[in-house]
Amino acid sequence: MSELRTVPERIAGPATFLDDRLGAGGFARRNLRKIFPDHWSFLLGEIALYSFVILLLTGTFLTFWFKPSMGEIVYDGTYAPLKGVTMSEAYASSLKISFEVRGGLLIRQIHHWAALIFIGGMMAHALRVFFTGAYRKPRELNWIIGVVILSVALFEGLTGYSLPDDLLSGAGLRVTQGVVIGLPVVGTYLNFFLFGSEYPGEDVISRFYSIHILLLPGLILALVTAHLILMWVQKHTQFPGKGRTNRNVVGAPFYPAFMAKSGAFFLFTFAVIAGLGTFAQINPVWLYGPYSPADISAGSQPDFYLAFLEGALRIMPAWELNIFGTSQAGTIPLSVVIPALVPLGIIVVGMALYPFLERWITGDHREHHLADRPRDNPHRTSIGMAAIAFYGVLWLFGGNDIISANFRVSLYTTTWAGRILVFVAPVLAYAITYRICLGLQRSDVAVLTHGVESGVIKRLPDGRYVEVHSRPAEDIEAHLRGREPVPVLPYDEAVPPKGMRGPIGRLRLRMSRAYGGEKIPIANGGPHGENGQAALPAGASPDALPEDRALTR
Amino acid sequence: MTDNEHETGRPDGRPEGRPERRTPARVIGTPSTEAPLSGTPLSGTPMSGRPGAADEGPDFKGPVFEDPDFPAVPGVAGVVPQDERTARRAERIAALCFLLAFAALVAFLVTYVRLQTGGLSATGASHVALGGTLTLALLALASGIVIWVRQIMPKYELVQRRHPMASPEDVRAEVAATFVRGAGESGIGRHRLLRRTLLLAAAPLGLAPLVLLRDLDTTGVPAAQLHRKLRHTVWGERTRDGKPLRLVVEGTGQPIRAADFNSPGGILSVVPQGYEHDLNVLAKATVILVKFRPEELKAGTNRNWTHDGIVAYSKICTHVGCPAALYEQTTHHILCPCHQSTFDAADGARVVFGPAARPLPQLPVGVDEEGYLVARGDFAAPVGPSYWERGDAEARARENGGHL
Repeated sequence: MSELRTVPERIAGPATFLDDRLGAGGFARRNLRKIFPDHWSFLLGEIALYSFVILLLTGTFLTFWFKPSMGEIVYDGTYAPLKGVTMSEAYASSLKISFEVRGGLLIRQIHHWAALIFIGGMMAHALRVFFTGAYRKPRELNWIIGVVILSVALFEGLTGYSLPDDLLSGAGLRVTQGVVIGLPVVGTYLNFFLFGSEYPGEDVISRFYSIHILLLPGLILALVTAHLILMWVQKHTQFPGKGRTNRNVVGAPFYPAFMAKSGAFFLFTFAVIAGLGTFAQINPVWLYGPYSPADISAGSQPDFYLAFLEGALRIMPAWELNIFGTSQAGTIPLSVVIPALVPLGIIVVGMALYPFLERWITGDHREHHLADRPRDNPHRTSIGMAAIAFYGVLWLFGGNDIISANFRVSLYTTTWAGRILVFVAPVLAYAITYRICLGLQRSDVAVLTHGVESGVIKRLPDGRYVEVHSRPAEDIEAHLRGREPVPVLPYDEAVPPKGMRGPIGRLRLRMSRAYGGEKIPIANGGPHGENGQAALPAGASPDALPEDRALTR
Repeated sequence: MTDNEHETGRPDGRPEGRPERRTPARVIGTPSTEAPLSGTPLSGTPMSGRPGAADEGPDFKGPVFEDPDFPAVPGVAGVVPQDERTARRAERIAALCFLLAFAALVAFLVTYVRLQTGGLSATGASHVALGGTLTLALLALASGIVIWVRQIMPKYELVQRRHPMASPEDVRAEVAATFVRGAGESGIGRHRLLRRTLLLAAAPLGLAPLVLLRDLDTTGVPAAQLHRKLRHTVWGERTRDGKPLRLVVEGTGQPIRAADFNSPGGILSVVPQGYEHDLNVLAKATVILVKFRPEELKAGTNRNWTHDGIVAYSKICTHVGCPAALYEQTTHHILCPCHQSTFDAADGARVVFGPAARPLPQLPVGVDEEGYLVARGDFAAPVGPSYWERGDAEARARENGGHL
C-alpha cells in the first residue's frame, strides 16, 4: 500500500473549484486540524445530535404514508382484529404503516425510540454540562440555546405521539386539552384556537402534524446548528490534566481522527436505536384501538420525558379557586395549573438563569475552558442533585398506579408518599451530595499529600511496620491539582462595599461566602512512607511502579 | 500498548529530557517543517513532506509542528503512530467488519424483496429480518471504523491554543466608531419624524400575523361567547319529535329498559341516542350509570334525579377530562385511571381522593312511556375540566333554585 503524497486529482479538482469561488481554503486550513478533547462524557450530546438526524430521516419516511386527518373511515386493512371498525384516517394510516408498508413498522419504532433517546441524550448532556460548569462564560448563550432545544423537544414529542390517534395518544391529547383549558384567563380561547372547536374537533391532528413535522423540527434544526457553530467557535472544554490549561485544547484533530470517530459513533447510535426498533416493541398502536373520548385504558402513561408533568398532576391535591365566586369568571384550577407550569418552570427557568445567578453570586467574570470536576464545586453539584431528585420524584410518581399495583401498596399511600417526597427528597439529595463532594475532595487531598497505597509493607529498623505510599502518577496528580477554589465576592467586614449594604447585597454576600471558597484546601506535600519522609528515594521515577497507577485509575 | 485512552496526561512524553518510554517508531500525518499544514489540501502540494518523517525513530521528541496552532507542550504526547503489526492485524479485523456489513446490507435488500407484508406473522418476519440485518450492518460498520481509528490511525495528543473570545479593544473601538458613523449617516437619530413614523408603521405589521390566526377557531362564535358552548351538552336537547334523549349503551347503541338494568354493583357506560359516533358529543356527554339499593344512597346524590336507584354521573373527569372508567363495587368508588381522582358514587360523586376538585355532575334521569331510560334535562353544572369562565357553577345552580 502506498502512502499518499499529493492530493488526488479527483479531490483536488472539486476543491480547487470550490476555493476559486468561495475562498474556503482559509477556513479549511484553520479547521481541518481543529483539536477536540476526548472524554466519554463529551459524547452524550453527540448521542442527542445523531438521534435527531435519525428522527429527521425516519420522520420524513413516515410522512409519505401518514394521513393527518381526523376524517372517519371504516378500516379495511390487513390487521384482522380491527377490520370493519370506524376510525380516523390518521389511525388507519398508522396501521397501514405498521402492517402493509415493508419496513414501515421498523421505521416507526426506530422513530419512536430515537425520540426517547434524543430527549434522554439531551438530558444527560445537559447534566454533564451543568455538573462540570461548562455553561460558564463564554458558553452561557450556548447553554441557553440548549435549554430552549430541550423545551421545544418536549413539545415536539407531545405533538408527535398525539398523531397516530389511537386510544393512548388520545388520552394524552385529552390531558393536554384539560391543562390548556384550565389556564387562567386565556385557557378557553387557547382551547378553541388549538382544537378549532370544542374538544376534540376535527382539526387538531392536522395542526399538530404541521407543528410536528415543520415548525418545531425547523426550529430545533436551526437551534442545533447554532449550538454546533457556537461549540465550534468557542472550542470544547476539557478536564484539567497534564499540559491542559485554560488557554489550550489538548486532544485529537478533527481530520482524520475525530471525524472518523464521530462517524462511527453515529453508526453505533443508529445501530442501537435500530436494534431497539427491531427487537423492543414500542407503542403498539394496533393493540390500543381507535380513540374515543369516552374510553380509556388503565395504566395509561405518557412517554418518559413527560412523566414528570404526569407525576405532578397525580400527586397534586385538589385545590381550585373561584376568585369571583359564582360569576362567570375567575376559576383557577390550581390542581391543574400548578403541576402543569410550576415544575417545568422551575426546571427550565432555573437552568436558563443558573449561569447568571452563579456569576452574580461568585462575581466570577473570567472565561472558563477547563471543566470542573463535580466534587470541586460542591454546592452546584448539590443543587443539581436536588433538581434531579425533584424531577425524579415527579417522574416516578407519574406511575403511582403502577407502583401501587406492583408493590401492593394503597394508592393513597403511594400518592401521599409522592407529596412528601417531592419536598423531602431534594433536601436530602442536597445534603448527601454535599457531604459526598467534601468526602471526595478530602480523598483527593489525601492522595496528593499522603500518596497512594503501594501494597508494599515495610519493616522499619525499630520493628514497626508501615505501608509504603507512593506518589500518584503525574497525570492523576495534574488532574487532582486542577481544582481551583470557587470564587467569592471580595468583602470587608468593617466597611462593606457600596451595593452590598442593602438587604439584597448582604444576602448576595452571604450566599457568595457559602457557595464559594475552598472547602477542603489542597495542601502541598509529597507522599510519605514512614515518619513523614518521602517514600521513594530521590531520583527514582514515580512511573517505575506502573501498578501504582492502576490503583488510582 | 494497552492504554487506548487519548486523554489526560499519558505517561509518555515526560518533561525535561527523561527518556521516552514509548518511543514512536513512525510519524504518520505529521507535516514536516518544509510543508506546513497551511493550504496543502487545495494546492495539491505534498501533504506529508518527506517520506523519511516516518523513520525519525528514537530521536523523535513529541510533536514537530511549526504551526503556531500546535505548539509543542512538554508532557503532551503529540502524534504517536501505531505499531505496524497491530495496524496490520487491525486492518484484517476492520475489513472483516466491513465485509460483514456488506453481507448484512445485501441480506437487507434481499429480505425487502423476498418477504412480503400481510398477516401478522408475515409482517413480523419482514420486520425482524429488515431490522436485524440493518442493525447488524450498522454495528459492523461502526465497529470497523472504530478499529480503524484506534488501531491504525496514530494516537493523537495535540495542543491547540485558545484565544480569548473578546475582540481586542482597538477592534471594538473601531466597530463602535463605525456604528456611530453609520447611524449618523443614516440620519435616524436626527430625523425624529422618520424614526417615529417608521416605528408606528412597524407595530401593526407585527400584529398582522396574530390577527390572521383568529380563524383557527372555526366555531364562528364571538370570542367572548366561546365559553358558553362549554356549559351545555346535548342531553338538554330533544329528539326531532320532541322527546327527551334516550340513554343508550356505548358501543352497542342499545337503549336501556330501566327494569332490565338490574345489576347492583356494576356500572354501564352510556351515551345519548343519535350521537353514538360523534366524538365531540362523546367528549362531553358520556355518562356512567350505577344502580343502588335505596338505602345505599347518601345525601350528596339528588334522589329526584335518579330512577329506581339508577344514578347517572358524567363520565368525564372534572380534573383534566379523562373518562373516569373504573369502579370499585364494595366502596362505590369511581376512579379515573389517568390521575387517580376518586369519587364516591353513592354520595353525589363527591371527591374522595386525588387532584379533581369537583364532583362528577349528576344527570337527571327518568323513563319514557316505553320504560327506557331518558335524560330529563342537561347537567346543572358544566362537565369536564375547569376553565376560567366556569365560576362556581354548583353554587350558581343552587342559587337559582336547582339542587346539587
